Amino acid sequence: MSEITPQLLGIQLVAGIALGAVYALLAIGLSLIFGMLNVVNFAHGAFFMVGAFLGVYALGLTGSFWFSLLLVPLATGLIGLVVERFLVRPLYGRGIDYPLLLTFGLSYVLVDAMRFFFGIEGLPSSTPAALRGATDLGFGFFPTYRLFLIVAAALVIGALWLFIEKTRYGLIIRAGARDPEIVRVLGIDVAKVWLLVFGLGTAIAGLAGALAAPTRAVNPEMGITVLAESFVVTVVGGMGSLPGAVVAGLLVGIVFSLTSLFAPELAELSIFVLMAVVLLVRPQGLFGKAGQMG
Amino acid sequence: MTTRPSLNRRRLLTAGAAAAASPMLFSIARAQGSAPIKIGFPTPLTGAFSAEAQDQVRAAELAVKEFNAAGGYKGRMAELLVRDDKLNPGEAATRTLELIEKDKVDFVVGSLSAATQLSINAVCRDRKVLFNSISQSDAINEAKDWSLYTFHEALNPHLTAGAVARYAFPKFGKKVVYLTADYAYGHEMVRGFQRAGQSLGMQTLADIRHPLGAADYSAFLPRIQALKPDVLVLCNFGRDLVNSAKQATDFGLKQNTKVIAPVLLYTSRLAGGAEAFEGILGGTSYYWGMEDKIPSAKAFNDAFRKANNGAVPSDYGALGYAGVKSVLQAVKNADATDSTRVSIALRQLRYNFYKGEQFYRKCDHQSVQSVVIVESKSKAMKDKYDVFNVLAIEPADEKNLRSCDELGHKITT
Repeated sequence: MSEITPQLLGIQLVAGIALGAVYALLAIGLSLIFGMLNVVNFAHGAFFMVGAFLGVYALGLTGSFWFSLLLVPLATGLIGLVVERFLVRPLYGRGIDYPLLLTFGLSYVLVDAMRFFFGIEGLPSSTPAALRGATDLGFGFFPTYRLFLIVAAALVIGALWLFIEKTRYGLIIRAGARDPEIVRVLGIDVAKVWLLVFGLGTAIAGLAGALAAPTRAVNPEMGITVLAESFVVTVVGGMGSLPGAVVAGLLVGIVFSLTSLFAPELAELSIFVLMAVVLLVRPQGLFGKAGQMG
Repeated sequence: MTTRPSLNRRRLLTAGAAAAASPMLFSIARAQGSAPIKIGFPTPLTGAFSAEAQDQVRAAELAVKEFNAAGGYKGRMAELLVRDDKLNPGEAATRTLELIEKDKVDFVVGSLSAATQLSINAVCRDRKVLFNSISQSDAINEAKDWSLYTFHEALNPHLTAGAVARYAFPKFGKKVVYLTADYAYGHEMVRGFQRAGQSLGMQTLADIRHPLGAADYSAFLPRIQALKPDVLVLCNFGRDLVNSAKQATDFGLKQNTKVIAPVLLYTSRLAGGAEAFEGILGGTSYYWGMEDKIPSAKAFNDAFRKANNGAVPSDYGALGYAGVKSVLQAVKNADATDSTRVSIALRQLRYNFYKGEQFYRKCDHQSVQSVVIVESKSKAMKDKYDVFNVLAIEPADEKNLRSCDELGHKITT
């Protein structure tokens, strides 16, 4: 292809990073829940979808996009807390497939709940006025809202890292992941830690949905493809690894974007090829610990 | 009017039961010694096209109601048996088989995908039951899928894309990029454009294929931006169209490029919103706003509004109306309810039910009809139904279809 210029490659790269930012945000919530609770959350895509619906709904109600970004993670986090406390908790210690099937069923319930409340067609969404239009990057124009997505994802991921690495609660979470028995012996209620982690994971999924809503049609089925993609990212990064989720998110975004440029027909396939190659060379993923799925 | 599919069916059943129990109707039916005329109606009540499918049902019910209010056929009332084909060809075939074998329907009208209509057609053809398809397809006109019992009320991609191309390319320029959903319908659309574009000197810069059901198009758009086409054609449907139109808007593509959707549906526009679709031009079989030019459209809209709390019919909905109404009219004309005689009457029918003059072409039973070119509005909208400007109506003309020879039909009479 003769028309490929450095400028086009640059824009394509930025498009990949913007895609990767959403992937990373999704995968980090999924990885957080798996790493700490050993729960493979198949309802993660559904929480993303619920977040998108609530975001558009809250925007219509309050008129403020920023307020909706605050409200949505609180709401999906709250749903997550209830789900952990009453549905997931009875299944701890029963093997990895029990919570997997439970959350799989839950995803159908959430999809139908949204169909019930908002209709099967979904809601039209629009870009907030302040972030409309395109920004000149020096080598081409790129939608302002997607640049904002990159910044927003970086902020959320940065805040999460600070929380887990630098605070006392974060210390307890890390300790609880490594050895819940010892943490319990030290007089800490591990159940509360798990509750918090599940809520945090679903809050981030909801926030990702609210952030992605202005770029795409909001409909009850939007979480299905998203779930598959976020699993690809977590597997590439290593199940349970937070840095893995971020690096793999960006990697998958960029691979998808560049494949779209050179061979659009293979774009969808490319991320699965990437996953297959990683699994062959490094079965635990780029940053994963071996044997955690056992 | 309820929008839940299950309630719709239930309402239908109760309506049917009530009609059967009503002593007057019952005595008429008995006097004629015959059962109601049953029309099977398989359509995807659930799935990605459910909004369109439910509107098809509403409009088809209206056609049945009008037929019955006018006394039916020799006192025999019509009855619509709606089934959910789930947008799945296998499911569609099973439901159709049940409708024919168990429910003993006289005719089948319905479908809302290129694939399901072919499977419904195959079942009906084998059992010699008349089927009128109300969904876009090129394949159904071709000789290998066709039979005396196959009718196609909807437009086909060749005709729609051709009409849009004939309108748009002379106006907006000749350098074209396609963004195409990678499946049969998308490919048919591109072929339709290229056929019509050849004589107009159109130049294809790229045909970019995206996976069906993709949610994000940002990775495809920078290249399109760099190619600087005069026209970008979005050869996709439903949610894919909503997403790609929305994101093309975000990327600022509309500043230098006219964006075209070969099939611009009323329901897609409602789902996508005014902002995403602003200025996008496309073709459709029907838009309610034609009513100030076409009297039959006005009459149809008014009847639909009355039955549905003021809502207007969508394009696919209107096809449900015309599909059922033409079959019931042919029953009267043929003075019979067997598929062979009704088929012969349909071949001779000239009708104007809602959009102007139409007739079924003899060789392939394609409904020869007008194509409406519309542009999405974003300003000065009178109410929520006011979404398009009608730019032009390409009149019905056989020469815009592929010829009978090309489709493989030996007999053209």
